[in-house]
Amino acid sequence: MTDTTEKDEVRQISVLEITSQIKEMCIEANHFLSKDMEQAIRKAEEKEESGLAKQILEQLCENMKIAGEEMIPICQDTGMTVIFLEIGQNVHFIDGFLEDAVNEGVRQGYDEGFLRKSVVLHPLERINTNDNTPAIIHYSFVRGNQVRITVAPKGFGSENMSKIFMLKPSDGIEGVKQSVISAVKDAGPNACPPIVVGVGIGGTFERCAFLSKKALLRNLENKTEDPLIKKLETELLDEINQLGIGPGGLGGKTTALAVNIETSPTHIAGLPVAVNICCHVNRHVTRVF
Amino acid sequence: MEKHLKLPLSKIDITDLKAGDMVFLTGEIYTARDAAHKRIFEAIQKNEALPIRIEGTILYYMGPSPARPGRPIGSAGPTTASRMDKYTPVLLEMGLSGMIGKGKRSQEVKLSIMKNEAIYFAAIGGAGALLSKAISNSEVIAYEDLGTEAIRKLWVEDFPVIVVIDTLGNDLYEIGHNVI
Repeated sequence: MTDTTEKDEVRQISVLEITSQIKEMCIEANHFLSKDMEQAIRKAEEKEESGLAKQILEQLCENMKIAGEEMIPICQDTGMTVIFLEIGQNVHFIDGFLEDAVNEGVRQGYDEGFLRKSVVLHPLERINTNDNTPAIIHYSFVRGNQVRITVAPKGFGSENMSKIFMLKPSDGIEGVKQSVISAVKDAGPNACPPIVVGVGIGGTFERCAFLSKKALLRNLENKTEDPLIKKLETELLDEINQLGIGPGGLGGKTTALAVNIETSPTHIAGLPVAVNICCHVNRHVTRVF
Repeated sequence: MEKHLKLPLSKIDITDLKAGDMVFLTGEIYTARDAAHKRIFEAIQKNEALPIRIEGTILYYMGPSPARPGRPIGSAGPTTASRMDKYTPVLLEMGLSGMIGKGKRSQEVKLSIMKNEAIYFAAIGGAGALLSKAISNSEVIAYEDLGTEAIRKLWVEDFPVIVVIDTLGNDLYEIGHNVI
């Protein structure tokens, strides 16, 4: 029972620690893909038969190598910094305000890591903040006294191709499939395929969009346990890869590397479906402390 | 077909290119993306002097990440071209030779490419580290306040691109899907 007692103890964490972790994570995420993402791209390269498609995937592998060895960001769009903070309810933050500390980490990471500053303060006035802040921060509270941080810089080539559909319950699985396929088709070459497709099903309008973003973080090798969803993920991936969009949108079998679906309870009248598309530079780094 | 071409491109260079050709470009190109296009477009409407000569130029839709010390440029891959569609036909009418980007173009841009005998190339999206290796010099020449969106003059050496839309209006994104 020691474990429980320890987790129940209030733990003080300095927000300065959060700043320093986030700074490092921004730099790491923009130069190194997770092992599962890297594996998925390499596997696709081995499977692809068409000359051009194979060639493009080879170049994406070469690109990852150069990025890591020479510390040049994998993509020049180093993204809007999306941060998930899962905070144990027994954590007490000291030495400052948490949100400020998170943004300070982003500021330092994007400056010291030579990352592009891609955020404008007002969506219509469009003046660059020149430090990539503010970050998009999603907070949640969990049991215990640890903090789990995920930094996921999101490029907008693919973000722009994402969609939300407010389906009717009677549309069912078929409706969900059609929605996802139509979003991927419309995205075509613009979203920098091969893509990862994050899908949120259920909840409310905003909950479902959040889930589709969260779905992109899942390790590609970890399949969902829900048999209905697992089947849907497999079928959708097959159908998407038959569209022929291919790497770079120039034709081929590899249009998507994975379809990850997250679900949520929803209303008797609704079936929201959100499709968050991510390019092959699906970046995310997680640390727990 | 694989081709190595020196910039600027002649009309014959351009009309000889076919959708699907792999081309390696050497010479000067200029970067311009959303904010720079908007300013150029507004300057044209107001009849003001432009910071670059449009005729005979190749525009690269790109906003790089900052260069580390000792390097000409940071990560430097293409951005989505369709966001520039609104401004493109005017530039093509002024003699713009070509564009490097990624993704689909509007029908209006396609028709203007055909009419003005220009060319639309794609570079590989998300391969910014690799593409940066083909850029040997970069200099901000206008709109410096736009940061990454400033207009830069780049010197590229064997910069790899693929012809997507040629002067006959062939579109590789449409052809490509049928190859599977």
